Amino acid sequence: MSLFYFIAFLSIFFSLMVIFTKNPVHSVLYLVITFFTFTVHYVLLNAQFLAVVNFIVYMGAIMVLFLFVLMLLNLNKESEPMKSVLLKVMGTVAGMCLLVTVAGSIRALEVSNPIILKNPEIGLVGHLGKVLFTEFLLPFEISSILLLTAMVGAVLLAKKESKNI
Amino acid sequence: MMETIVKDLQGVPLNHYILLSSIIFSIGVIGVLIRRNVIIIMMSIELMLNAVNLLLAAFSVYHGDASGQVFVFFVMALAAAEVAVGLAIIVMVYRNTKSIDINSLNKLKW
Repeated sequence: MSLFYFIAFLSIFFSLMVIFTKNPVHSVLYLVITFFTFTVHYVLLNAQFLAVVNFIVYMGAIMVLFLFVLMLLNLNKESEPMKSVLLKVMGTVAGMCLLVTVAGSIRALEVSNPIILKNPEIGLVGHLGKVLFTEFLLPFEISSILLLTAMVGAVLLAKKESKNI
Repeated sequence: MMETIVKDLQGVPLNHYILLSSIIFSIGVIGVLIRRNVIIIMMSIELMLNAVNLLLAAFSVYHGDASGQVFVFFVMALAAAEVAVGLAIIVMVYRNTKSIDINSLNKLKW
């Protein structure tokens, strides 16, 4: 049980580091650590399929994409655009207000039932695969079309324009 | 090993998961509000998506229903698509304006 609170503290700490670090490359590296703590959260929930997919897709694919773009654009601390202090304070206060509103509206500070694994094999690959290919077959196929369009769109956008358009 | 870890989980109140997810989501919102680097804004959006994913997984375990985890899977597919297209747009904008400041896009305003 205390493991959860330790990992939760790490998640919050590293996600704060993501948005407050000046250097964009350090930001990406902190984001990788944040995603790793999320993977540990999924393992704690016994959602093993999600843990593996989170590890591969987020820490593997998406973070490599971010790092590649950062290195392609050759950014560093000096070229980093910053907002004024007033806007930063205003943004932080607005975010805190959102947090207080959400926590108040769902009564997150009251006592609630503990999470108990009713069905331990719910997050395993076999069970999730069965659900995915019976109940959610149509959304699954549509998501493949979504990925195809995203791929075509990304290639089309990133290609150099020819002069005669 | 696995069993002892999962046993350790037993007893974390559901509200603490909700609180953790709200905090991470708010951090993402703050990141969008206070930074001007487009790439860091996209990273904040990823943080928000991940907070929602964690909450969906926690609710799915709490209710013993697998639909929540399937939905997390779809959100991950969507996030991959969004990042690919978004970063392609950023590269294109950088090629034209030589800057990744979000203010270089203010001509999109009406």
